[in-house]
Amino acid sequence: MAQIFAYITHKNGVADDMALELVAAANKIEAGAKVTAILTGSGADLDKVCNEMAASYSEVWKIDNAAMAHPNAEVIRKALVNILPGDAILLGPHDTFGMDLSPGLSIKINSTFVPDVVDIEGMDGSNLKVIRQEYSGMATTHILCDVSSGSVLNVRGGVFQADESKSAGGQVVDKSGDAGDLTVGRRFLEIVVAEVGDVDITKSDVLVSIGRGIEDEDNIEIAQELAEAMGADVSCSRPIVDAKWMEKSRQVGTSGQTVKPKVYLALGISGSFQHLGGIKGAPFIVAINKNPKAPIFQVADIGIITDILDFMPELTEKIAG
Amino acid sequence: MEILVCVKRVPDTAENEIEVKSDGTDIERDDLVYSVNEWDNYAVEEAIQIRDNVGSGSVTVISVGDEESEEILRREMAMGADNGILLSDDAFEGSDGKGLATILKAEIEKGKYDLILTGAQADDGAAQVGGMLAAMLDIPYASLVNYLEVIDDKKLKVGREIEGGNQEMNEIDLPCVLSIQTGINEPRYVGIRGIRKVASVEIPVHAASDLGIAADAIGQANAKVKRVDYFVPDLGEGAEMLEGDTEEIVNKLIELLKAKGGLK
Ligand SMILES: Cc1cc2nc3c(=O)[nH]c(=O)nc-3n(C[C@H](O)[C@H](O)[C@H](O)COP(=O)(O)OP(=O)(O)OC[C@H]3O[C@@H](n4cnc5c(N)ncnc54)[C@H](O)[C@@H]3O)c2cc1C
Ligand SMILES: Nc1ncnc2c1ncn2[C@@H]1O[C@H](COP(=O)(O)O)[C@@H](O)[C@H]1O
Repeated sequence: MAQIFAYITHKNGVADDMALELVAAANKIEAGAKVTAILTGSGADLDKVCNEMAASYSEVWKIDNAAMAHPNAEVIRKALVNILPGDAILLGPHDTFGMDLSPGLSIKINSTFVPDVVDIEGMDGSNLKVIRQEYSGMATTHILCDVSSGSVLNVRGGVFQADESKSAGGQVVDKSGDAGDLTVGRRFLEIVVAEVGDVDITKSDVLVSIGRGIEDEDNIEIAQELAEAMGADVSCSRPIVDAKWMEKSRQVGTSGQTVKPKVYLALGISGSFQHLGGIKGAPFIVAINKNPKAPIFQVADIGIITDILDFMPELTEKIAG
Repeated sequence: MEILVCVKRVPDTAENEIEVKSDGTDIERDDLVYSVNEWDNYAVEEAIQIRDNVGSGSVTVISVGDEESEEILRREMAMGADNGILLSDDAFEGSDGKGLATILKAEIEKGKYDLILTGAQADDGAAQVGGMLAAMLDIPYASLVNYLEVIDDKKLKVGREIEGGNQEMNEIDLPCVLSIQTGINEPRYVGIRGIRKVASVEIPVHAASDLGIAADAIGQANAKVKRVDYFVPDLGEGAEMLEGDTEEIVNKLIELLKAKGGLK
């Protein structure tokens, strides 16, 4: 069996939640596998995370280089090409960094690539059998991926139960010297932090959240009236922001806000994993959608199959009395 | 600036209920409404705006697909793209991401492009073709681009969308590949008249032999990442569905909302 690696992202000396989920994912490829974590970065923060990761990984490869102080995937890809063995199976996160790094990495090391893995069934000859979703979660598939000359697998966050055992007793190995030439054609400039909006939806107890099912900008008023009657705030899914119908600060999801309400009303929202990734703290979720197959119904507590444009005014009227 | 935009024809998930066929070989395709991949539409709009701002160059849209993909190429030309190219061959069918990037690369190398745009992701949520293409062409790549500014004919300033709505600003050398995120612009509306204008423009179709692609690099038989089947996963209970007439449902919901602290 090929050696299994996990690329760990981290910020300010703290590993991403995925760090321990990837241990669990690796164990689904090979039970009891000795997994090597790879961390890139620079300075004391990097040392701190590497030392922590040694509890969960049998080996931790550290690549310390000033050019990696910010995680520029172009730079990191070059380093990984130089240090990974030919048949390596590398697990990474299916997030904005993994999407940037991994497809190109798989080409450069002549391996296979599977994005957004939601489950792993195990080896089947020289293939690894994994599960993916298509059409925003409306269809699920089995994928066979040839791993005989290595593979890069990007794993969806939150689908594997984090392995908290911390019993690997691993050691940190400094691989900085093997990274090679790191000059690339893309240079990091700065991070522009998201603007703060008029309402801070991360503090709201009750959210009336609208998605593409609202159909028209003029209909947003109907949701606002409902929110007002309920004493709630209005939030939304990404297409509403893309259409410039609401402020970015109202967007719930991985590329928007992380909210922790008590009650979340999802109106005309299909339930993509990027949207659900922004809902924390296990709120009571009510999904209202006209498509009975919408994935949102799998995560909601209460579901109603109806047209939100008809339903919202009825609900508002009854609540307002 | 010579700009190439990769576009894909996909079932429109906002318009369709996707159902898996009972034998698991595919999704039900009868009656599906197709359109251009949402992300690709933003990429084409961005390309058109760059061309118009720079004041020279052209926008070419390209798709790997069957003859029906011509319809989306035409739509993007109605938006303002100058040329369309369809890459179509039975041998392309069932290609994995690497196979698709191989096909696109062969056509790209026949031209001379300063900038290649893809959508951030398409219908199977893979987000892979752009990054693979850049690696094969050995040029820089940036994914999830939601801001783009031409600095000069050698470099761009691009913003990448990262977690939490934050933005990572980069400088990137040309030529390069960028994957475009939704929201970067407001794609223009295409009316019937626009479509009519380009209805008779010829769109060249290139096959594997025209592109000189080795037969063992593409297609279902050579895909090292293969979809085995579609299936309906066991997802447990799911939501409790409220049924009945609207009044009953409204009353029940209000009761539940009160109990859970959802009404003030
Ligand atoms: C890197 C990346 C980051 C992303 N980040 C985010 C994010 O932070 N937040 C986010 O939300 N998305 C994000 N997305 C987009 C995400 O993948 C989905 O495209 C998006 O969440 C879909 O939004 P939606 O559910 O409103 O729209 P759709 O998926 O189009 O769903 C609309 C739903 O409304 C229903 N509907 C339509 N009309 C009605 C009606 N009249 N009555 C009732 N129901 C109706 C339909 O049945 C459908 O289920 C991200 C994508 C990428 C690639
Ligand atoms: N068949 C195709 N023809 C042309 N471009 C494609 C094709 N498939 C994917 N792409 C491009 O690659 C992007 C990402 O798709 P994917 O990697 O499949 O998620 C799309 O937005 C398109 O720009």
